[in-house]
Amino acid sequence: MMVEADSAHTIPLLETRQLECVRDDRLLFSDLSFTLTEGEILQIEGANGSGKTSLLRILCGLRLADAGQVLWRGEEVSVVREDYYANMIYIGHLPCIKGDLTTLENIRALLDTRSQLAPLDEIEQVLALVGLAGFDDVTSKALSSGQRRRILLAFLLLAKARLWILDEPLTALDVEGVALVETMLLEHRLAGGSAIFTTHHGMQLPCAMSTVTLGRAGNQPC
Amino acid sequence: MLKAFSHLLARDLRLAFRSRHELANPLIFFVLVVSLFPLAVAPSAELLQVMAPGVIWVSALLSVLLSLDRLFKQDYEDGSLDQLMLSPNPLVILVLAKVCAHWLLTGLPLVLVAPLLGMFLYVPDEAIGVLMLSLLLGTPVLSLVGAIGVSLTVAVNRGGVLLSLIVLPLYIPVLIFGANAVDVASDGLSVRGQLLFLGAVLALALSLAPLATAVALRITASR
Repeated sequence: MMVEADSAHTIPLLETRQLECVRDDRLLFSDLSFTLTEGEILQIEGANGSGKTSLLRILCGLRLADAGQVLWRGEEVSVVREDYYANMIYIGHLPCIKGDLTTLENIRALLDTRSQLAPLDEIEQVLALVGLAGFDDVTSKALSSGQRRRILLAFLLLAKARLWILDEPLTALDVEGVALVETMLLEHRLAGGSAIFTTHHGMQLPCAMSTVTLGRAGNQPC
Repeated sequence: MLKAFSHLLARDLRLAFRSRHELANPLIFFVLVVSLFPLAVAPSAELLQVMAPGVIWVSALLSVLLSLDRLFKQDYEDGSLDQLMLSPNPLVILVLAKVCAHWLLTGLPLVLVAPLLGMFLYVPDEAIGVLMLSLLLGTPVLSLVGAIGVSLTVAVNRGGVLLSLIVLPLYIPVLIFGANAVDVASDGLSVRGQLLFLGAVLALALSLAPLATAVALRITASR
């Protein structure tokens, strides 16, 4: 019994085994193995072109690794896709925001693809939290790029996923926005959630944080 | 799952109605091309009547082809396509919703305006119904098959020519049977065979094209 409970406990939320990524005949990284447990926040570091975005896209199953595996709770991601995607949110470089839709419609559309509903007052609460109070009926093309990023932050909070995969979450955000993302990550961690993110900015999180650095061995022609 | 389908369909329709100029493009193209023919060829009733089924069908086909880009291009460029692919719902269902929206916005208006253009080209009254029916069965196939082509070429810059090369050969059976149905109906003969064939092609496309599109989208995203 003890052994069973113990082994169940040690299965990490997300695990990679010997990942390798080749792009345009360049080896970005190889033999990359790391684990992410519940409540862990992991930062991916690396210079421009070291494969941070490629790694994140591999982690969420959008891109195929040239070698290696990504495991969600011990099972291959492509096998448990439905469960994985119900518990994971990926926010990439691209805004995923439709200029012709209002803030509220954009958030609803993003939640709809995940079959998640949120009552209006909850959405308004979260919008106030991310600094978009009063913008719910404004079409998004009238918003600044920082404000559009904030719509995604609101989506992130409303979707309540266990794992966040964020590619450069601080892009286009002002000082307050950066502080907001930091608090969001902290609170997410305190609630038992996990996150993986990349960033160029030196982000100061008062919580223990693991780091994976790309590009030390890589970037050589193969 | 059904909800995900209807929500995405509603989103696409809403987006289309927010940019109406784009919405009218395929329809205007269709009407313009068809109405150029009597100007370029002699406007004699016999000649136009012979050409009408082919002219209307080719114009409808090109009109759908030109609008195909809209299917995934915007979603690809703004990253929404990634979110669709990361949805816990089956991608096939979401693809089907997008194709449905595309047909409602391009194919259906063509079907509705076709009788007018048919009369314009002296299509006999008894063949007008068949013209509409053949387009009603044929245009969804054009959207469904086109989706496969778009999903393969959406990441290619200026993939328009490539898209035509992939999609046009697959459009040919629909074109032949669609135009032939109207032709035969103008002669007052039974068109059961042609319409049944179009129906069968639609059933085939409806069941297989979304699967192929979903796989093609995953391949596109993985580069």
